[in-house]
Amino acid sequence: MRLINRHPGRVSATLLGLLPFLLIMLIYSLASQERLADNPNDKLLPGFEQMTAAVDRMAFQEDRRSGDYLMWQDTTASLQRLALGLGIAASLALVVGLLNGVLPLIRASLAPLVSTLSMVPPLAILPILFIVFGLGELSKVVLIVVGTAPIMMRDVAQRVRELPGEQLIKIQTLGANSWQVIVRMVLPQILPRLIDSIRLSLGPAWLFLIAAEAIASTEGLGYRIFLVRRYLAMDVILPYVIWITILAIVIDQCLRLANRRLFPWYNAGGH
Amino acid sequence: MSFITVKNLWKQYGDQTVLENLNFSVNQGEFCTLVGASGCGKSTFLKMLLGQETSSQGKLLLEGNTFPREPDRNRGVVFQRYSVFPHLTVRQNVLLGLELEQRPFLGKLFGSARREALKTVDAMLESVGLAHAAKKWPHELSGGMQQRLAIAQSFIMKPRILLLDEPFGALDPGIRGDMHELILKLWGDTGTTIFMVTHDLHEGFHLGTRLLVFDKVRNDPQQPEAYGATITYDLPIGQNDRQTYKSIELSVSETARSLSA
Repeated sequence: MRLINRHPGRVSATLLGLLPFLLIMLIYSLASQERLADNPNDKLLPGFEQMTAAVDRMAFQEDRRSGDYLMWQDTTASLQRLALGLGIAASLALVVGLLNGVLPLIRASLAPLVSTLSMVPPLAILPILFIVFGLGELSKVVLIVVGTAPIMMRDVAQRVRELPGEQLIKIQTLGANSWQVIVRMVLPQILPRLIDSIRLSLGPAWLFLIAAEAIASTEGLGYRIFLVRRYLAMDVILPYVIWITILAIVIDQCLRLANRRLFPWYNAGGH
Repeated sequence: MSFITVKNLWKQYGDQTVLENLNFSVNQGEFCTLVGASGCGKSTFLKMLLGQETSSQGKLLLEGNTFPREPDRNRGVVFQRYSVFPHLTVRQNVLLGLELEQRPFLGKLFGSARREALKTVDAMLESVGLAHAAKKWPHELSGGMQQRLAIAQSFIMKPRILLLDEPFGALDPGIRGDMHELILKLWGDTGTTIFMVTHDLHEGFHLGTRLLVFDKVRNDPQQPEAYGATITYDLPIGQNDRQTYKSIELSVSETARSLSA
C-alpha cells in the first residue's frame, strides 16, 4: 500500500503524537544527567528535581522580600494585560471590520489606513508607547492592541466580504435597512469568525506582552524570565516557559469550546 | 397600463452586448419562465428586475415608473444556493422578514408580537411541508428542503414580484417535480407575478403561463460578444405544440454550442 494511503488508528495516532514529546524529555534528561554528573552545580540544564524545587519556591512559598507568591502574581499580572489587550483589540476589530466590510463608503476611507497600520512593526513603536503612555500598565496593553488589532480588523472585514452575495440580496428583498443588515445578518455570522481570529492572534499577543514586560515592568511572566536570566536560572526559566505554553493552550481550547457551544450552526458546517 | 413594461431594452458591459432590443410587457399575476443557453442574459435580466443592475439603454418600467435601483421587500428572490441564513433555524429564517418589517431598529420581535408572527410563520411552514423541521438548522436540511425554506421565506413577505434564479437546478429530478407542484400551489394562492430562470426547457414548458426564450439571432463566430441575445419566442403556455418545442430546443442548443466553442 502506498505511504500516502496508510492511516494510523486512534490509539496509534495518540502514541505517535506523544512520541516526540517523550523523545525530547528523554534527550533532555540524558543531557542534563551527564552535565550534572560532571558538575553538580551546573545551571544550564537543570534536572527535574531542581526545576520542581524552583517551582515550589516560586509558586508555593512566600517570597522572602515581598511576602508574595511570585509565580501566581506574575501569572495574574500577565493574564490581566493579555485579556485587556486582546479584549480591546477584538472590540475594535469587530467595529472597524464590520463597518469596513459592509459599508463601501467607510471602506473607501478606512481600508487603506488599516492596511498601512497593519504593516507597521509594533515593536518598532514600543519606545513611542513608553514615551507617550509611560512605563505603567497602559503602554503594555496598548502594545498588544497595536500589535493585534489591525490584522484582526482586516481579517474581520475579509470574512464579512466572504459572506455570499446572495444573502445580502436576499435580506434586502426581505426589507432590511443597512442597520438591520448589520445586526441581523452580518454581526451574528461574524462573531464565531471573530473568535477564530482571536485564537490566531493569541500567539502575537503573547509575543508583544512578553516583549513589553521584558523591557519595563515589575511583575509578570515575561518580566520574571528576563530578570532571572541574569543569574542563569534555567531552573526557573524552563518551568515558566512550560507554564506560559500551558496557559496559551488552555486559553485557545477555551475559545474553541466557547465557539462550539455558542454557535452550533457554525461548527457543524453551516457556513 | 401593464404591470411591467420593457421597451427597447439594451444591456452592454463595455464592448460586450448581453441583451439587445427587448420589447414586451407583463401583466400582474403572470408566471413567466425564462429559458435559453448560458450567457444569453437571462440572469442579467433577472438582476435588472431585482434592482442589482441597470439597463444601458431603453426602459424598464414597473406600473409606469422606473424600477427601484436597489432590492426591496416588494421583489422576493430565490437563488440556486445561499438563499437562507445559516445562523438562523428554519423558523427564525421565515420569521426574519416579518421582524425586519415590524421593528426597523432592533429587527427582532418579542413577546406577544412574536407569538402573533409565529402563527403566520408556522402556517407558512405547514404549507411548504417544513413544519416538522421548524427547529432545525439549514445545514441539517437536504437541498430540496433548503429551497422550500427559501421559498417560504420569500412568500411570507407577499412580494408583488417573485424572482427565481434556477431555483431547482441543483435538485434531483424527482424532487424537482415536488417543487414544481409547491411553487404552482403558492402562485395560485397568492397571485404573485413570477419570473423563473431555468436551464431546463421542459421545466419552462411545463410551468407557468408564459415562456420567454432568450437567444441570439445573430452570431459572429470571430467575435461572439458583438451581438446580444433577445427574446426569440414569447409563447403563452398551453398553445405550444411538439413542433415549437423541437425548434426552440434546436435553436437554443445551437447557440449554446457556438458560445462554448
